[in-house]
Amino acid sequence: MTAPAVETDSLSCAYGARLALDRATLTVARGEIFALLGPNGGGKTTLFRILATLLRPTSGTFRVDGLDPAVDVRAVRRRLGVVFQTPGLDRKLTVEENLALQGALLGLSGAALAARIDALLGTFSIRDRARDLVETLSGGLARRVEIAKSLLAAPPVLLLDEPSTGLDPGARRDLTALLVELAKGGTAVLLTTHLFDEADAAHRIGILDRGRLVALGAPAALKAEVGGDVVTVEAREDGGAPALAREIGAHFGPEAGKVSAVGNTVRVERREAHRFVPALVEAFPGRFRSLTLGAPSLEDVFIDRTGRAFREADADEPAAAGAAA
Amino acid sequence: MSAGLALAKREIVRFLRQKSRVVGAVAPPVVMWLLVGSGFKGSFRGDSFGYFFPGTVVLVVLFAAIFATISVIEDRREGFLQGVLVAPVAPASIAFGKVLGGSVLGLLQGLPLLVLVPVAGLSADVRGLLGAAAVLVLLAFALTSLGFAIAWSLESTQGFHAIMNLFLIPMWLLSGSFFPVEGAPAWLRAAMAVNPLTYGVAALRRALGGASESLPSLGLSFAVTAAFAAVMFAAATAVVAKFPSGPPRRGGKAGRSPA
Repeated sequence: MTAPAVETDSLSCAYGARLALDRATLTVARGEIFALLGPNGGGKTTLFRILATLLRPTSGTFRVDGLDPAVDVRAVRRRLGVVFQTPGLDRKLTVEENLALQGALLGLSGAALAARIDALLGTFSIRDRARDLVETLSGGLARRVEIAKSLLAAPPVLLLDEPSTGLDPGARRDLTALLVELAKGGTAVLLTTHLFDEADAAHRIGILDRGRLVALGAPAALKAEVGGDVVTVEAREDGGAPALAREIGAHFGPEAGKVSAVGNTVRVERREAHRFVPALVEAFPGRFRSLTLGAPSLEDVFIDRTGRAFREADADEPAAAGAAA
Repeated sequence: MSAGLALAKREIVRFLRQKSRVVGAVAPPVVMWLLVGSGFKGSFRGDSFGYFFPGTVVLVVLFAAIFATISVIEDRREGFLQGVLVAPVAPASIAFGKVLGGSVLGLLQGLPLLVLVPVAGLSADVRGLLGAAAVLVLLAFALTSLGFAIAWSLESTQGFHAIMNLFLIPMWLLSGSFFPVEGAPAWLRAAMAVNPLTYGVAALRRALGGASESLPSLGLSFAVTAAFAAVMFAAATAVVAKFPSGPPRRGGKAGRSPA
């Protein structure tokens, strides 16, 4: 039996009195793309930095490829490819020089290193820019070089912090395709994101809010747990959502399903919602600014587990977001 | 070790790609030497150009060390350093790379100044020049290590400038570079005696034949300077091992979108 690529056991991290990460336990298998989804300040960057061996957890342990960083941190680092949100490239060096420098840091040299660099330049279609200074590259290209750099030693685990930040849609699609390709080759990919569509593309996700893993599983399974469809109505008057939610609950009784006010919207979770929508519109004429009906999204999973909207959570803790960084 | 050499090479390549740094490190001390040497000419017993020369060379090396190590802070801010920190590299290699790179840059700028020895009114034979070069190697290594140990735990280059003005420049002023120990009041003399840089400047002065009786002996000066270099490098390695991620992080994360 082989150990999981990444395995954490009750990882916690406190900044002073604030618990940025609260007993996070998860595993990532080889060949799996795992996304840590959460609002800013939710704790995903803290968890990322712990796994990247840049931050020591206050308590709890983790293993990479079965190895404990507390025992041999360099052995763990040899198995990790790490892509930071702020590029770790030297802008005054060329693409090739950056890759060669990283190779030296990894203990590679000579013909083996040269061959590896050449292969990566080909894989990432950056051979024609190999002699250019990194500062002359676009954001998308620089991110590609950054990922190429992290793969020099063909690590079994790749960690990426918000990898799509600053990428245009085309570059973002390329990135997703690349990660899928890597996972097919057996690499465990763990990335952080605050984008639902990016998380949706992962095999499994963990939702982090206020330092706690509030959901863990495949996106489809998590969405199925929400139950039925989701009707979202935006209240006509600002701040009118709580009153409207109470009225809807009172009007339909248990018929209504699960009714809650989130921000300025009322969410109704129930089966066969398409039958419910006409009655709802009839019962509250002129009270809605808009109404949407859909299958549950990851955002609904987030609301279901935390009782608040993602955007609210994001705006909630600006100070906390800074401390967790 | 190859990791350290690769990091040192990076320092030198970066330096050569930023021409303003070359000018910035060499020109100010030489201009200062000419101005101070000329200004003191009338009021100085003995030869002012010869007196100020060793200190000027040390100042060039010190400036190079400061410029080289201040880049630690930039490396951290730009994100380069975190990539190095997650690589399977020993703390000593990280320190060695920066210190070696900074020392080579300091020597590239300081050693050529030795051609000015005759202009400064000093005389040194080949042995003296080799001795001076050896002292400069040790000093470059010591001062770059010192700068590195300070810069590692600082968040901003402004903080480094404050330390430079409060600590590094006074250290140079009290090294016998700027005024001789004989005329100084007792408390300053004590400070100069415990200042390790005093011995580096004394060794250089002795090697270049500009010594006076009151200077520490060549042997003692060499020994103290070598110990200075060793202790400072140990300190540079220790800060990397002790604070692997650098200073405590405050404030927001750079480049993060508010969404």
